[in-house]
Amino acid sequence: MITLKQVHKYYSVGKNKLHVLKGLDVDIQEGELVSIMGSSGSGKSTMLNILGILDDYDEGEYHLNNTLIQNLSAKKAAYYRNRFLGFVFQSFNLLSFKTAQENVALPLYYQKVGRRKRNKLAMEYLEMVGLSDRADHTPSELSGGQKQRVALARALISQPKVILADEPTGALDTQTTQEVMDIFKEVHRKGITVVIVTHENEIAEQTDRVIRLRDGIIESDKVKQEELTVKE
Amino acid sequence: MFDLDKWNEIYATVKKHKLRTFLTAFGVFWGIFMLIVLLGAGRGFQNGVEESFDVAKNAVFVWSRRTSEPYKGLKVGRRVQFTNDDVKAIRNEIPEVDVIAPRNGLGGGFSVNYKTKSSSFEVNGEYPDFLKVRPAEVIAGRFINMLDIEQKRKVAVIGERVQEVLFEEGEKPIGKYIRIRGISFKVVGISRGKGDSEDIKEAAETIIICNTALQQAFNQVNKVGFFAFTPKEGIPAVVIEDKIKALLAKRHSIAPTDKKALGSANVEKEYARVQGLFFIIGAFSWFVSIGTIIAGAVGVSNIMLVIVRERTKEIGIRKALGATPWSIISLILQESIVITALSGYFGLLAGTALMEFINSMGVKGNFFANPEVDMTIAVSALATLIVTGTFAGFIPARKAARVNPVEALSDE
Repeated sequence: MITLKQVHKYYSVGKNKLHVLKGLDVDIQEGELVSIMGSSGSGKSTMLNILGILDDYDEGEYHLNNTLIQNLSAKKAAYYRNRFLGFVFQSFNLLSFKTAQENVALPLYYQKVGRRKRNKLAMEYLEMVGLSDRADHTPSELSGGQKQRVALARALISQPKVILADEPTGALDTQTTQEVMDIFKEVHRKGITVVIVTHENEIAEQTDRVIRLRDGIIESDKVKQEELTVKE
Repeated sequence: MFDLDKWNEIYATVKKHKLRTFLTAFGVFWGIFMLIVLLGAGRGFQNGVEESFDVAKNAVFVWSRRTSEPYKGLKVGRRVQFTNDDVKAIRNEIPEVDVIAPRNGLGGGFSVNYKTKSSSFEVNGEYPDFLKVRPAEVIAGRFINMLDIEQKRKVAVIGERVQEVLFEEGEKPIGKYIRIRGISFKVVGISRGKGDSEDIKEAAETIIICNTALQQAFNQVNKVGFFAFTPKEGIPAVVIEDKIKALLAKRHSIAPTDKKALGSANVEKEYARVQGLFFIIGAFSWFVSIGTIIAGAVGVSNIMLVIVRERTKEIGIRKALGATPWSIISLILQESIVITALSGYFGLLAGTALMEFINSMGVKGNFFANPEVDMTIAVSALATLIVTGTFAGFIPARKAARVNPVEALSDE
C-alpha cells in the first residue's frame, strides 16, 4: 500500500541544507496497523507529511496504492489526498464554526457529493464513533475525546485506503486515549491501513508494527512476534 | 461555484467580524454613492441648462445691418433689406437648409386694444415653421398655418399675459378680434413659451401674427426683417450659416470682406460649448468616484488578506481534506465579490434614493432640473463593482491557494 524507496528530504535553513530524511526504505502492506516513533527532530513528522502528500521529497520514490507520488500538481495532490487518505491530528483540526456533522461531511463536499447524501453519510459515521447525539454541536461544545472521534469520523467518511494519524492521543487523558485507540483498532479490523505517529509507548504497543526513526534513518522496524506466529 | 456551503461560510465570517466588514464595505458604498450623486447632479445640471435653451439646438439666425465697405459702386452705410425672394433663393440654392422661418417685427410705439382695454405688446409676424426653431406650446386654439400665410389672413396667437391684460377673467379670447395699430386681427390661439423663466415671460407678452398679413397690413410688403434656419439632419449649423451669409451677401451686393453688414448667431456653437463643459463635469465625476471605489476596493483587499491570514489553519485543514486550489480561490474571491457588490448595491440604492428625493422635492432653479440616474450609469457602476470586487479578492485568494498545509497545520 505504501512504499518508500530511498526517500531523502532536505530543508534549506538560510544557506545551509538540513538533511532531514536520509534514505528511508519502508514497505507497508494493505491493512497494517503501524506506529512510527522517534524523538522530536527524528524526522517522523516530515515522513508523515510526505506520506500525506502535504510535503514533497527530494530524492527517491513514494508509491501510494501503486501510484507514484512525485511532483504532483496542487490539483492532483488534492485529489489523491481526498480519495486515498484520511488525516487525524493531535489538535483535532476541526473547523470551529461548523457543527460536528458538517465537519464530518466536509471531505465529501470536495468529492462533490450532494448535500443531502453528505449529511446522511456524516450521520452514519458519527453513529459509528458513538456521537450521533452530538451532531449539531460545534467543536467548542465537545470534549477532547469527542473532538478526536469527530475527526476520526471525518477521516473515515471518504473511505480512504490509509489513515494517517499524527499524535492522535497527544492531547487526551488516559481513558479517552483508550477510547480513541479502540476506534483505530476497529478501523484496522475493517482492513484499512493505519499509520500512527506517536511518542507514547502505550500506543505503540497496541500496534502490530513499530518503526523507530532516529536522525532521519530507520533505527528499527519491528513486527510483533505473536502477530507473526498467528499469521504463519 | 455558487453553492449553499460557500454562502454559509461567507455569512459565518461576515457575522464574526461585523464591524470590520462594515467599515470596509462602507468604503465601496461611499464610492458608488458618490458616483451616482455626482453623475446624477451633473445630469441635473445638464438638464437644467438644456431646458433653458428655448430655441432649436441647431438654429441659425441671420439679420441685416448697414454695410461697412463700399462695393460695386454702392456707398458705405447702406441699409440691407431682405426680401421674400431671398427665401426662394435660399430654398433653391442651399439644399442643406431644412427650416426657413422669416420674421417681421412691428416697430415703433403702438398699442393693442380689445374693447376698452389697451396695452402695448411686442408683435411679430411669423411662419408656421417658427415652432421648429423656437418651440412653444399652443395651449388653446391653433398656431399660424400655411393657409393663413397664403391667404394673408389677419390672425393672431397671443401669449398668456396678453390674454390676462386684454380679456376679462373667464372670457374666451379665441374668435375675438383685437386691434393692433388700428387693424383688427382674429385671435386663433394662445401659446406658452419654453425655456427659462425669462424666455417664458417674454413669450407671454408677445403676439404672433401671420407674417404675410403683417407685411401687407403694416407697409412691409416684400420685406423680411430677420431669418431663422435649421439645417437638415446630420448637417452642422455652421455649414448653412456660412452658405446663407455668402448667398445673401451676393444677392444684396455686399462686399465679401464686409463682416458687419450681416449679423448672425449660431446656437449649435453655443450648445457644443456647453456640451463640452458637461463632458468635463462627467469625466471629473467618474475620476473622483473611481478613485474612491478603488480606495474602497483596496480596503476590501486588505481585509481579505487579514482574513486569509486568520484562516490559514482552516485553509490548511481544507487542503488536507482534499480542497483543490480553485475551490480555495473561489471561496475567497466569492466573499470579496459579495462584500463589494452588496455594499456597492446599497450605495447605488442610496444614491438613487437621494436623487429621487431631490426630484420629488421639485428642486428646480434656472440651471438645475430633474437630476436622474439612467440605466447606463447604473449598469456601468455595477460593472465597475464586479471588476473591483474581483481585483480586490484576487491577491488574497492567490495567497490563500498557496498556503502550505504543513506550515498551516503546525501553527500551534
